[in-house]
Amino acid sequence: MLLLLVVLPILAFIAILLGTPARLTAIATSTLNLILGLGSVFCWKEEVWNFSLPVLTKPALNLSFGYLDGMSLVMVMLSVIVTLAAVLSGKAPDGRDKLYYGSSLLIAAGAIGAFASTDLFFFYAFHELALIPTFLMIGILGRGDRRVIAWKITIYLGLGSLVLLAGLVWLASLAGTFDMREIKNIAGTIDPAAQKGIAALLLVGFGTLVSLFPFHSWAAPAYASAPAPTAMLHAGVLKKFGLYGLLRVAVPLVPEGLQAWLTPLLVLLLGNILWVGFVTLSQKRLDTLLGSSSVMHMGYIFLAIAALIAVPDNTLALPAAVVLMFAHGVSIALLFCLADRIERSTGSLDLSDMGGLAKSAPSMAFLFGIAAMASIGLPGLANFSGEVLVFLSAFQNYVPTNGLGPVQIACILAIWGVVISAVYMLRAYRKIFQGPAVKSTENTIDLTLADHIPAVLLITALLAVGLYPNLILQLLRQ
Amino acid sequence: MPAYYLEALTVTLGLVILLAEALVPSKQKAWIGFAGAIGLTVILVLTFFAIGPNAKPDAVWAGWKLWNFYQFDYLARFYKIFALLATILVLLMAIDYRKILSRYTAEPDSENGTGEFYCLPVFACAGMMWMASAKDLAGAFVALELVTITFYILVAYMRRNVGSLEAGAKFLILGALSTGFLVYGIAWVYGSTGTMRLDEIQSSISNLQSPIPLLFGIALVLVALGFKVGAFPMQMWIPDVYQGSPTPTTAFLSVGSKAAGFILLIRFLTPFLAENSPVRGQVLTILLILAGATMLYGNLAAIPQTNLKRLLAYSSIAHAGFLILALAAWAPSSATSISSVEAVSFYLATYLLMTMGVFFVLAQIRIHRDGEAITDLNGLGKSNPLLALAMTVLLAALAGVPLTAGFIGKFFVFQLAVGAHLWVGLTIAVIAATAGFYYYFKTIRAMWWVEANDTSAIALPTISKISIATLTALTLLFGVYPAPILALLK
Repeated sequence: MLLLLVVLPILAFIAILLGTPARLTAIATSTLNLILGLGSVFCWKEEVWNFSLPVLTKPALNLSFGYLDGMSLVMVMLSVIVTLAAVLSGKAPDGRDKLYYGSSLLIAAGAIGAFASTDLFFFYAFHELALIPTFLMIGILGRGDRRVIAWKITIYLGLGSLVLLAGLVWLASLAGTFDMREIKNIAGTIDPAAQKGIAALLLVGFGTLVSLFPFHSWAAPAYASAPAPTAMLHAGVLKKFGLYGLLRVAVPLVPEGLQAWLTPLLVLLLGNILWVGFVTLSQKRLDTLLGSSSVMHMGYIFLAIAALIAVPDNTLALPAAVVLMFAHGVSIALLFCLADRIERSTGSLDLSDMGGLAKSAPSMAFLFGIAAMASIGLPGLANFSGEVLVFLSAFQNYVPTNGLGPVQIACILAIWGVVISAVYMLRAYRKIFQGPAVKSTENTIDLTLADHIPAVLLITALLAVGLYPNLILQLLRQ
Repeated sequence: MPAYYLEALTVTLGLVILLAEALVPSKQKAWIGFAGAIGLTVILVLTFFAIGPNAKPDAVWAGWKLWNFYQFDYLARFYKIFALLATILVLLMAIDYRKILSRYTAEPDSENGTGEFYCLPVFACAGMMWMASAKDLAGAFVALELVTITFYILVAYMRRNVGSLEAGAKFLILGALSTGFLVYGIAWVYGSTGTMRLDEIQSSISNLQSPIPLLFGIALVLVALGFKVGAFPMQMWIPDVYQGSPTPTTAFLSVGSKAAGFILLIRFLTPFLAENSPVRGQVLTILLILAGATMLYGNLAAIPQTNLKRLLAYSSIAHAGFLILALAAWAPSSATSISSVEAVSFYLATYLLMTMGVFFVLAQIRIHRDGEAITDLNGLGKSNPLLALAMTVLLAALAGVPLTAGFIGKFFVFQLAVGAHLWVGLTIAVIAATAGFYYYFKTIRAMWWVEANDTSAIALPTISKISIATLTALTLLFGVYPAPILALLK
């Protein structure tokens, strides 16, 4: 049945190409996918939901889908929720709705395929499938300097993927299998030199895909330029593939290799949080600000991964990373969705041109406020649970008498990042929504009922996990 | 049916349609092409019913002397099917391309003089089929020359076109040179092993006095075969010849000729790469150097190209590099991974689908936009979205994007290289594949992101439409389910 989650969007894409009404098909498919996704959570039966089709015998490759553990499940849920919100919120330019909705569905199919695959080969392959429509969407329908930007991410992500592929093939050749269930058995048998090499390839490969500093410079301009659904799906869902891959493949299989790279990783993730944080502060447009902030927040998830590397029996780090991945995915999607709506009604995203939007569009202001608060990490919203868990996980097994280790120092520095986020998000909120109304914001039409649906969907997810993080944590314990 | 009937039938088919060509009226020369394609399809079906001595040892013909020159194993059958498919596609492409072709023949704008263009590939096909079965260096040489001489004509076919003439002259001179290398090399190999038969070489080299003369002979033969497959530094002819030739010829050179070169390379190298061979190490080193240099040259030199046909020429060199890397990581079939031979054959099969598809599109672009530059693809996403989508899939497959057949081929090569611990080769392969991403996506970008000067719609002729759709669909299908191709190899 999990196969359906992947195949439905692809079939819908073909149907759209053949001429069915694009928006309707996309919405119907994503809704069906959300229902299926919920079904896989509540009515889980292995023999019903798992799927496996042998594709090759030497090396044994299977097109197989299943949930390896709660993490896959959470990521698939994130994908289906954001997909529905993305197709609901978008508005295709005239005559381009086939491309617009078709690409969104393909990205969704790729992301769900990657998260649900239990075969390393298809895990990789589906992610790549999602990248092509991302490039095309930015290149064809993007804003600003779209061609240069699309070109840049093609090269960046293409190279990152190939480095990653080399690492994965190396790993699989040592294991002699691509099955992610069996590959776990070789943990601890790989010799240290090979571990170090594989770990480096995986860190750079996955790191480029998650915009780890200094491989991050593609991300902010790409999100700023991308059409809203693409930005929502890529920043919200697809980018988590790299983190998921690190947690799923790198941490369990090459722990010693990663430990050798721990200090460089800590420096780089601080680069994400502090350096990119300061870059975010100086942004003058809302879209680049959001793009930059999404790069910055990846640093926290890397911190959880670093804590897991430093203390292999860390019980908090994995849940922390997963909760924050989910929370960030939903909140950034919500922010991009609202930013797109603001641009459509005011015609600008330049912070200096805005002001007083709250008067003419109060519900937009309210929803954006919640999203901004979530992004900062206000208690009650999912990001807070994630960030607190991350900071706690960094201090797991910490013995005060031994002094602060590198992870703890990194954590203390990283906490300042929260202040930075508060500064830029609140400033953006003030500039857009408060103060005297200017010409562009005077007669704004507020959100319609239909516009509320995607935002409310995403906020519900944020609130549910924020108020009751056990929703995710209990899935992870299964 | 004895397997060599296949070659006999192919040559007969060529002769028959060549004779018929004289009788067909000027306006209906395309029928020669159809007749050729249909005839070859029949032979393709017969391939599955042909048997060699290995299949049925007690058969009457097993005692025939010809079997000393000719083998028919699964590999031979695979490459025969390959040659037939490539030729059928080339004939179909040529039928749609005749409009351009007729412009540069003796009587421009009449189809007089295009008829032979459909006959020649059939003869080349017979040569390629024989190469797949070559068991003896002398036989292999004769088959190779049949292919090469046919190509001399095919390359220079548009003889009123300067580019085609230039290509013909270059190909002739360098081709003759490589033939010289081949004969000289075969002489040295014969001198040091005392046999022309490849299956006897393995036993005769186990107690060599000195490997030097043998290595010299192998090196000379590698030069000649490197010329055929387009390995560095024997790749110099490829860009000019590919660009100048009529597009169907280019496709045929790029796919058929390369595959024939590779099967000969495999047949020739197998005895020298056996476990107990005294020259195994040296030959593998030579192959690795060839592979690295070819990948780098092909991919890096492709980056600045602005003419799509020329870009595809460099891409063809680049793919040869990946294929030689698979040979440099020589591995027999094992429980968990496939052999180098299977990887190369699989790669070539996917390469046939992708490259033929791209050349079909290119031929149409040449017909409708009268150019072959990347800029001539500008705005194709608007003027014919489905064609642009197919081209996008094909180019992405050539670049090696997952879930297309091209990725699985590259994946096998990577896997073999990792298994053989060829870290340098692997690093070069990663760099080369990234460069590949750049130049293939440059073309995709032109189709979708750049506004067109000429926005007139492109209507495809039926043959091209069906061929492109089929090739694209197969590229995607084998990207997810590659088993059928591998089943042909067993």
